[in-house]
Amino acid sequence: MKLGLDIGSTTIKCVVLDDGNNLIYSTYQRHYSQITEKIGEILKIVREAVPDADKAAVAMSGSAGMGVAEDCGIDFVQEVYATRVAANTFIPGTDVVIELGGEDAKILFLSGGLEVRMNGTCAGGTGAFIDQMATLLSVPLEEMDELAKGYEKTYTIASRCGVFAKTDIQPLLNQGARKADIAESIFRAVVSQTVAGLAQGREIEGRVVYLGGPLTFMSELRRCFDSTLNTTGICPENSLYYVACGAALCAEKPIDFDEIIEKVKHYTGSGNFAFNPPLFESEDDYKRFIERHNKAFVETKDLKSYKGKVYIGMDSGSTTVKAVVLSEDCDLLYSEYMPSKGNPVSLIKGFLEKVYEINPDVEVASSAVTGYGEDIVKNAFSVDYGIVETVAHFTAAKHFMPDVEFIIDIGGQDIKCFKIHNGAIDNIFLNEACSSGCGSFLQTFANALGYSIEDFAEKGIFAKRPVDLGSRCTVFMNSSVKQAQKDGATIEDISAGLSLSVVKNALYKVIRAASPDELGRRIVVQGGTFLNNAVLRAFEQEMGVEVVRSNIAGLMGAFGAALYSKEKVKDRKNPKSTIAGKTELENFVHEIKVTNCGLCNNNCRLTVNTFSGGRKFIAGNRCERPITKKAPKNNRNIFAYKLELLSGYKPKEGKRGTIGIPMGLNMYELLPFWWRFFTELGFKVVHSPYSNRKLYQKGQQTIPSDTVCFPAKLMHGHVQYLLDKGIENIFYPCLSYNFDEGMGDNHYNCPVVAYYPEVIKNNMKGIRDINFIMPYLGIHRPKDFPKKAYENLKNYFSTLTLGEVKAAAKAAYKEYEEYFEKLRKRGDEIIAAAENEGREIIVLSGRPYHIDPEINHGIDKLISGFDVSVVSEDVVSTRVEKFSTTVLNQWTYHSRLYAAAQYVSTRKDMQLVQLVSFGCGVDAITTDEVREILERNNKIYTQIKIDEITNLGAVKIRIRSLLSAIGRE
Amino acid sequence: MAELKYDENGRLLFTKEMKDEGYKILAPSMAPIHFAIIKNVFIHEGYNLELVDTAGPEIAQTGLKYVHNDTCYPALLVIGQLIHALQSGKYDVNKTALMITQTGGGCRASNYIFLLRKALKKAGFEQVPVISLSIGMEKNPGFSFTIPLIRRFAAGLVYGDALMLLSNQTKPYEVNKGESMRLVDEWVKRLTDDFAKGESYRPKEIERYLDKIGESFAKIEVNRVPKVKVGVVGEIYVKYARLGNNDLEKFLADQGCEVNLPGIMGFALFKVDNRLEDIKLYGGSRLKFKVCSVLFNYLVRLEAMIIKYTKKYGFTPPGQYAHIKKLVKPVIGHGSKMGEGWLLTAEMLELAESGYENIVCTQPFGCLPNHINGKGAVRRIKELNPRANIVTIDYDPGAPKVNQENRIKLMLAVGKEELEKASH
Repeated sequence: MKLGLDIGSTTIKCVVLDDGNNLIYSTYQRHYSQITEKIGEILKIVREAVPDADKAAVAMSGSAGMGVAEDCGIDFVQEVYATRVAANTFIPGTDVVIELGGEDAKILFLSGGLEVRMNGTCAGGTGAFIDQMATLLSVPLEEMDELAKGYEKTYTIASRCGVFAKTDIQPLLNQGARKADIAESIFRAVVSQTVAGLAQGREIEGRVVYLGGPLTFMSELRRCFDSTLNTTGICPENSLYYVACGAALCAEKPIDFDEIIEKVKHYTGSGNFAFNPPLFESEDDYKRFIERHNKAFVETKDLKSYKGKVYIGMDSGSTTVKAVVLSEDCDLLYSEYMPSKGNPVSLIKGFLEKVYEINPDVEVASSAVTGYGEDIVKNAFSVDYGIVETVAHFTAAKHFMPDVEFIIDIGGQDIKCFKIHNGAIDNIFLNEACSSGCGSFLQTFANALGYSIEDFAEKGIFAKRPVDLGSRCTVFMNSSVKQAQKDGATIEDISAGLSLSVVKNALYKVIRAASPDELGRRIVVQGGTFLNNAVLRAFEQEMGVEVVRSNIAGLMGAFGAALYSKEKVKDRKNPKSTIAGKTELENFVHEIKVTNCGLCNNNCRLTVNTFSGGRKFIAGNRCERPITKKAPKNNRNIFAYKLELLSGYKPKEGKRGTIGIPMGLNMYELLPFWWRFFTELGFKVVHSPYSNRKLYQKGQQTIPSDTVCFPAKLMHGHVQYLLDKGIENIFYPCLSYNFDEGMGDNHYNCPVVAYYPEVIKNNMKGIRDINFIMPYLGIHRPKDFPKKAYENLKNYFSTLTLGEVKAAAKAAYKEYEEYFEKLRKRGDEIIAAAENEGREIIVLSGRPYHIDPEINHGIDKLISGFDVSVVSEDVVSTRVEKFSTTVLNQWTYHSRLYAAAQYVSTRKDMQLVQLVSFGCGVDAITTDEVREILERNNKIYTQIKIDEITNLGAVKIRIRSLLSAIGRE
Repeated sequence: MAELKYDENGRLLFTKEMKDEGYKILAPSMAPIHFAIIKNVFIHEGYNLELVDTAGPEIAQTGLKYVHNDTCYPALLVIGQLIHALQSGKYDVNKTALMITQTGGGCRASNYIFLLRKALKKAGFEQVPVISLSIGMEKNPGFSFTIPLIRRFAAGLVYGDALMLLSNQTKPYEVNKGESMRLVDEWVKRLTDDFAKGESYRPKEIERYLDKIGESFAKIEVNRVPKVKVGVVGEIYVKYARLGNNDLEKFLADQGCEVNLPGIMGFALFKVDNRLEDIKLYGGSRLKFKVCSVLFNYLVRLEAMIIKYTKKYGFTPPGQYAHIKKLVKPVIGHGSKMGEGWLLTAEMLELAESGYENIVCTQPFGCLPNHINGKGAVRRIKELNPRANIVTIDYDPGAPKVNQENRIKLMLAVGKEELEKASH
């Protein structure tokens, strides 16, 4: 008899196998992180249930079992290894095992060269992710599966990180997309993440077995895997117990049950964990703290008995909807704080109905709405004003502290901070890449440990040794929390530690401040998360300042909106709001239709909302085209011109055959060079099209590093496109160096741009059947280039002569120059026109490949939709002399960024917005430097992080805030 | 405190006065054996150098506070460590300078020194000068990396590599626990004394020493039971520094493995060779080619000695640079030079070839060159050598040790299985 234990991230499983390896007993329980206690319990249960179980050989496995096993003297089996042993035993002939667990995703290739793949530092696409998504849809897991059966359409959702997915899904929900469609889209995202992230080019074929909770319980998830893999996978009986069975199969020595039960009963951790000073020294300390914060107080009055004008403010946020009714004296008459559950329209309708019910004679003078759902709510209920969140929060903060210098708002999944300078919002920080450290993060933990958020937070107040957890991704924080528990940290210590990590994340990751002096000492904190006293205290402690938090910290957006609406009508004698009245609500109709725009290559997925009276609201669009039916004006947007210019390099028939160029990374700038070079040599030069989703998916399976930037990942699709076209020669050179533009200390390409051809060569098998030409070339040395290029190319094309190559090179250098001349000429025209017409100019800065619509997600169009002109960094970078920077200025593309920042600093009518691709290591350096250059000259720095999927809602807030800060909105 | 002088770009210089006043120069430690020896090269030249070898979570925390959080982990750690040291109160911050290396390649690492200066400014240590330990990058009147210094430095690498390699091959098998490391300590002490006197760095002396060192390790009583042999490659800092890799060597040793960390000499050869390779690939000055060739050939000579005297006493010698360069040709081109470049891939190929087919490829999270040469090349390596059993591990302040160890354990489980198969 053999016994196996599997200590997973959320559950403990136990199996007993008889001597013929038949499963005779199995049990599983959630452990709520009380791992050792549960082990004892389970052992007792097993002993009761199975006679002689305590004579069995025992082994333990599972991600959370590692340390425990050692401490208890039980043999440990790595869980993937255990799975493999079990699969080989129970389903001989298995080729591939796909296992999704709580925090892990794994693929095991059993036949044809054993390989095991596990997710790395990111937990996207795992059970935890699916749980989070179900919470977001506010349905239980089973229902989510059920929902997916009735899907009609799918959306693209980033599955890499739960946080990213949230930012995709929330706008969809806010725009009224169907839950069924979203559920299906979530499953597909999981499949895509698993296949792309883990298979990394290896085909999943043959006999496929599905294991683990999500795949066991969700038939629709299995269906999605089946359809993607073109197979019918097996989900065996007892699929949940494979790891435990594998452990049992590896078990060799029996253990003493009593000894272990006794051991775990008295198990206390080493007490050896890093911790911070307590939040409060004493009860008194805490009392004084509470008293101090009670000063920022909004009076509450009764709405029912109130007579006079009222002002309504609404904040339709990402996870919650907040709404307030204010009196003439800014007293709070009524408020609601509602989880958004995906549909702000019905919530706001309910809120208004309630208001009219409590006080049927209420006299609404004005109203305003802010937040993600601003547009739809404004449309649905004819709200008077729609304002940017930053403005709403600033208005509210001023109410409590007229000379506020810094506002920090930590909400459910957003962190928003802004600096106030001369009474205007000056600098904005938003969390974009990662949500660790937001309110939902604490919520998740509280729930996982079996507490409500309020009780959990309260526990931290008097913790003696708040655990030092650092700041990191929610999912991995889990492992750290578990580790701390094992080391003997109490729930109190963990609660306080998590509050601290929220603060640290906001300060050091989002704001990047080292001391309060960088923020200013007049600080207002707000957002639901700060209602939590432990977080508030941690913030004060970490920064060493006393801050203001009002009693309505969670309602500040709505409060600010109401104040704003009041301010707006204060000069009018008898203001009357346009907001929907009682009768209008009674006849309220809301219909949703999903469709594709199809008016340009972005092909936005549109959600068309129709309201009573035929009012229409379209969401999901990047530009105004689906509404106005007119193409956006390209003559104010250099991005559009660049694409147009590059489209002009069309293939010309040639005597020497065809050369294919993958249109990614540096090719977005070097196409003119190579096109001319090879055209002169008598080749027909064909390039892959601008990227799109389909093209990306074509090459997705061959990406070896899931943390490389999205532009690099796209390269796989471009090469695959050329292969599919049957092109025999693909040219993609390695370029350590770029052209020297004389602005820096050196002129490198970044390592990824320089050497990505190596990745293509080593990971895409298709290129072995053709000529994949990837020489190391030095275009920065025009004199040596022809000879070196000739030496390389003659290996493939023996009829080439050095003379021909020399002539072609000359023409290529000229073409490249002319390309930039044209580009800068147009840039100059755009700038001149903007100057004449008094328009603001945005220098949308990044890399050459950021003009790819799939990479920039139409942000250029979105920005130019605000009636500003858009030029790129390379248009203005030549307008300044070389200057010294505080970083090593050694990459050509990045030198342009510094130069552009320097130039923008000299102009009143220009603003710089930097596009940063997620995962770009180099931009960790450039963003700080660009920011410094701008801020030194009192300019506002705006950064937009973009990835495979980008939340355009957040981008809009950024741009609108920027424009409002410079007085353009 | 000496007078603060700046260059034309406003960079604070390390002046002669500072050196004469005995300014303490703090440098971060990396490979412990090597650095303990090399430190004395500078002491002999009159620099008051001290290695900072602190550990603990507060190091990363300090780094996160003063450096952009998306910067590579080694930068966070090294800068965090140095600022933490300055803040500790142990040093007179008005008489302290810092020193870090600067390679000048196209990777982010060339910017560490600038990030360090930014961090110093943020932390209020603007008066602390930073010395770049580099060939031909930033200059300081009070510090010069002269040819004699370079030769001593290279000798330090040779001794470090030899001691690391030999102890790694005896330690797991020694009958008397602790004997190998005691021997290492003994040699480090002897060499330290010699280096402080300015001796034992000439090729003849090195040769004599290597012979004796090899002989002494061969005398250690060992019991060579089959063990899982694991090679470690990666970004140079996380590969060697305990602080960077959560003490990976110790973890592997505890798991009963024999560890092989390819030496730093390979990296030195690689960096010099890059300059030659650049000229070969793209054209360039003949004079520069000649100068670099001299240095390159000198290092090759030293490398040959390590190989000779480890082989002589029956140990597995390090892979020869020329050999591994040939080995990597079909996988990664010799022009891939940023960071560890093709060398990292080459080391994996060589390890797999020489019996260390279980490999941990370490890198800081988001390390740019490793997308190409590490993770990007694994597939091809496995095609060429199906026995290669490689796990890539990311290190950053957010990556918990348990998850890393769990993944390594998986690799080891497969390694153990192979070992058992082989011994049956």
